[in-house]
Amino acid sequence: MKTIGVLSMQGAVSEHLQKLQQVGVNAKRVRTQDDFSQIDGLIIPGGESTAIGKLLDDFNMTDFIREQIKNGLPVWGTCAGMILLAKNISNQEKTYLATMDITVQRNAYGSQLNSFVTEEKITQISPNKLPLIFIRAPYIESADTDVNILAVVDNNIVAAQQNNMLVTSFHPELTDNNDVHLYFKSMC
Amino acid sequence: METRYKLNKNLAQMLKGGVIMDVTNAEQAKIAENAGAVAVMALERVPADIRRQGGVARMSDPKMIREIKETVSIPVMAKARIGHFVEAQILEALGIDYIDESEVLTPADDVNHINKSAFKIPFVCGARNLGEALRRIGEGASMIRTKGEAGTGNVIEAVRHMRTMTNDMKKVQSASSMELMHIAKEFGAPFEAIKYIHENGHLPVVNFAAGGIATPADAALMMQLGVDGVFVGSGIFKSGNPAKRAKAIVEATTYYDDPEKLAAISENLGEAMVGINIDELPQEQLLAQRGW
Repeated sequence: MKTIGVLSMQGAVSEHLQKLQQVGVNAKRVRTQDDFSQIDGLIIPGGESTAIGKLLDDFNMTDFIREQIKNGLPVWGTCAGMILLAKNISNQEKTYLATMDITVQRNAYGSQLNSFVTEEKITQISPNKLPLIFIRAPYIESADTDVNILAVVDNNIVAAQQNNMLVTSFHPELTDNNDVHLYFKSMC
Repeated sequence: METRYKLNKNLAQMLKGGVIMDVTNAEQAKIAENAGAVAVMALERVPADIRRQGGVARMSDPKMIREIKETVSIPVMAKARIGHFVEAQILEALGIDYIDESEVLTPADDVNHINKSAFKIPFVCGARNLGEALRRIGEGASMIRTKGEAGTGNVIEAVRHMRTMTNDMKKVQSASSMELMHIAKEFGAPFEAIKYIHENGHLPVVNFAAGGIATPADAALMMQLGVDGVFVGSGIFKSGNPAKRAKAIVEATTYYDDPEKLAAISENLGEAMVGINIDELPQEQLLAQRGW
């Protein structure tokens, strides 16, 4: 059975762990370099990108994880995870893992009062309409040509894939649907 | 409104494993963000100063809240007085991310809490036990925190409140379904909410610790007792080196069950805030007793 790790510095970790169990993989909290020897894929959960990014820097994890991803470790970033994976962040200079050729805008929709739910079909992931939950979410402003755009909501890119890297602005772990987790499992 | 309530609970889920810090101006907010806070709580005076200076403590100046909002990219929370629904309306109009209906401010209503279901913006409320938590959730709170005893730098009350909540939940879980209505009556909690606890064994919303957390070890203690994250009030900006202490408390909240890391994190942080023995406080100065 495959093992997928959830980066557990801060954020909605337990929600992803529960989903992973539901789709039939071993789920593991990942917090140190040693934990990486046991995983076939990594989820970077929603949370605050500034907090997660800082903890990764302070505990010498940033360069290490970047190397793992460059060497092919499948990775999926939800919300804050998308920001951590982006090579460019349009409204700040600081970047984090910076492995994916996308430019994202943080808090692109505004404050919590602008958080919303919608539904969309993402044909590459699932034949079903998927519930999409956006919480103070980012979106992708622009992407290089070899980034595969998976979903667009209101003219903004909200899901994309580049080789072993998947990003979503929204939170499949907060819904009753398992399709995106099944898709990521197939990537691992 | 049901979708909105779910989204509001979801934002609290994103804050898990993180530290929310009290700040009284934009400069402190920036220090908090740089230290790795997941959100800042804007208030006029930190609880330790409210306690010392006395007088009526109210919602902060909207100008200060706006400045903080412009300065940081993380969620901004602010406090409204218990029952003061107009302060809550004003905070909602400011477009912040969360309101804390807080016992740290002087209550505006000695009977009723705000009808939080009438708002689009999410609320966090304090609780000392399960019944109180479920009453607040019944009113529409989408996040709970232990009350602790704010502004004391003494963690004993936060521990007491968390242990009480855990024991209350165990009692509800192990009761037979026939006993639930009696428990609802005894706890003064909505029956449906008691039923939820009976079936799920945890609160339907995220639960943080607050009130008296002053060191990385305090934060880790509360995490090991089962809270989802921590609020730190006076503990940071009333200490000798706020930036360093803030960073250490953030790190301790992540590595809460790794004593070796906690030892390194706790080293050489400068002076902690001066604590108060709660037994020495006169009854009327206990903030946790505000709210019901």
